[in-house]
Amino acid sequence: MAEATGGRPQAGEVLLRLTGISKNFGAVQALTDIELEVRAGEVVALVGDNGAGKSTLIKILAGVHPQSAGRIEFMGREVTIDNPAAALSMGIATVFQDLALCENLDVVANLFLGHEMNPWQLDEVAMEVRAWTLLQELAARIPSVREPVASLSGGQRQTVAIARSLLLDPKIIMLDEPTAALGVAQTAEVLNLIERVRDRGLGVIVISHNMEDVRAVADRIVVLRLGRNNGEFTAEASNEDLVAAITGATENAVSRRSARHAARHPASEASA
Amino acid sequence: MTMPDPAPTTLDRADSRLHHDDSLTGAVHAFVARMRTGDLGILPVAIGLVVITVVFTALNPVFVAPANLVNLLFDCATVGFIALGVVCVLMLGEIDLAIGSMSGLASAIVGVLWIQAGLPIGIAIIAAIAVGAVMGLVYALLLVHLGMPSFVSTLAGLLALLGMQLYILGSTGSINLPYASGFVHFGQLMVMPAWVAYILALVPGVAMLVTKLRVARRRRAAGLAAGSLTLLIIRVAITTVALVAAVWYLNLGRGVPWIFGLFVAAVVALDYALKRTKWGRSMFAIGGNREAARRAGINIRRITITAFMLCSSLAAVGGVLGAARLASASRQAGTGDVNLNAIAAAVIGGTSLFGGRGSAWSALLGILVIQAISNGLTLLNLSSSLRYMITGAVLAIAVIVDSLARASRQTHGRG
Repeated sequence: MAEATGGRPQAGEVLLRLTGISKNFGAVQALTDIELEVRAGEVVALVGDNGAGKSTLIKILAGVHPQSAGRIEFMGREVTIDNPAAALSMGIATVFQDLALCENLDVVANLFLGHEMNPWQLDEVAMEVRAWTLLQELAARIPSVREPVASLSGGQRQTVAIARSLLLDPKIIMLDEPTAALGVAQTAEVLNLIERVRDRGLGVIVISHNMEDVRAVADRIVVLRLGRNNGEFTAEASNEDLVAAITGATENAVSRRSARHAARHPASEASA
Repeated sequence: MTMPDPAPTTLDRADSRLHHDDSLTGAVHAFVARMRTGDLGILPVAIGLVVITVVFTALNPVFVAPANLVNLLFDCATVGFIALGVVCVLMLGEIDLAIGSMSGLASAIVGVLWIQAGLPIGIAIIAAIAVGAVMGLVYALLLVHLGMPSFVSTLAGLLALLGMQLYILGSTGSINLPYASGFVHFGQLMVMPAWVAYILALVPGVAMLVTKLRVARRRRAAGLAAGSLTLLIIRVAITTVALVAAVWYLNLGRGVPWIFGLFVAAVVALDYALKRTKWGRSMFAIGGNREAARRAGINIRRITITAFMLCSSLAAVGGVLGAARLASASRQAGTGDVNLNAIAAAVIGGTSLFGGRGSAWSALLGILVIQAISNGLTLLNLSSSLRYMITGAVLAIAVIVDSLARASRQTHGRG
């Protein structure tokens, strides 16, 4: 697609500010008074236990369903996001957990799906060039853009999904569990990719259950618990503090387990 | 210790994990590898056609006589058009079972409006095709708004349209169309003059050469690998020689039927639409992964509606041409094995029943196989009972090949 029409936001400029976001499904209060800020050029990790409301929040921002109450400010203006197309055209791109790629189509076709160049006589050459340029900017290792997506590994598919979300030149990209199904090396590749996206000046929201990955890549860690904000941490925060915020107690399954472990192997715990 | 820098490579050949071999042997190896992983393309059909030709010629040499092959091509166009429509719905992973009835109704509409009501033939044909488009719209709306499976809605359509056909034909049951009319001539007699046929035989090769060279120039300018010129020339030469030889052989008989030319033109048009337009890309995407297509912002409803409307309209065109071919609009039109033959042709030609894979050419190749079998068995004086059984077996084999190839593609990661 065309290069950014508006100027790129300055690093550190607030792109997205949520205030008092609530969402209820019938009697269930999924989100209550959520506050969140995302700046250009930073990675915000959204962590929390199952049912904490992370995915609901992402879906509100992606336009899948609207919030029940609260304000969304994007680039300084209050906005309503009532469908996925609105979110996309505004500049909020989402990579869902199940990636949603067409396995029977090749990488180029998947990247440009729904936004093909020249609808009446597809411009394959231009699309392929743009695909290679985009993948090279991300330093992504895709062997060939003319192979069907079915032949790619999990990490490569994740790369294609992320590249696709970047094609429309968004300001913010949201990733739901980007490393959940990946091996060690592939996880590292995706984390590198996230850093490169951040370095391009985008705001990144990452949902993850993996504290190691979160700490490796996030500038700020926002904890949700039972649909409410439950603390904000930096990447240097200790595991205990994070887990306590996530589970809502210092006394929990994780702390008991590590205490047990420490009692049994005092030496290894000390050296670790 | 350090490797010497390789020669500067193009944008798409930089990754060392990719195999590239632009030589002739490389192309052969790539072809074999594709076959082994279940990416069969037209190979099963090509083999099938060769086997059919050899067997029937051994049993009755008349089979390969030019006159018989010309007849065969005359017969291909009617069901071929219907199969072309089937390709559209199969691509989405849907089905239309009412195509036979639709074609029968279309031929009845032409008969009634043209002969009984005395309207111009052009109006009668447009009316028949319009009815087809409306029926396709109905199936599609039932599917996208009420979630009614196309299998069920078109099964209902099969019966309803057959009833409609019998109703408008009334007690007479059959309307004969005048033999002297241009319409019936087109269906039964009109062949291309030899020089037209030869020129048309040269067109695909020239078109291939021109477009491929232009694309290659653009790719090189954009820093992409452009493929081998030798391979292109070989392909163009083979295509041109084969087509010119076919035209020469058919001209030993009556010549190339115009009605077949019309069918091939429709195939080329649909092939372009499926491969080179956003609409076609969306068709493949919906057949491959509906949810992914939806999230990519594709209007699934609109694409589904166009596919069903196209399918039913093409079935109506097939019915109209069938009336021209038989010089009559009768109660029998569109019944019997028409439905099955059209669906079988699309599947035999390589369009997957599971959606997301196929091409317009599969209608042409499939219908050639079906008509060759039917024609050969007729030459052997076999009854329609045997013909049905054998065609059924061929369809079963085609579906088995499709399923096996699909499983193989999945294990080899080729979608």
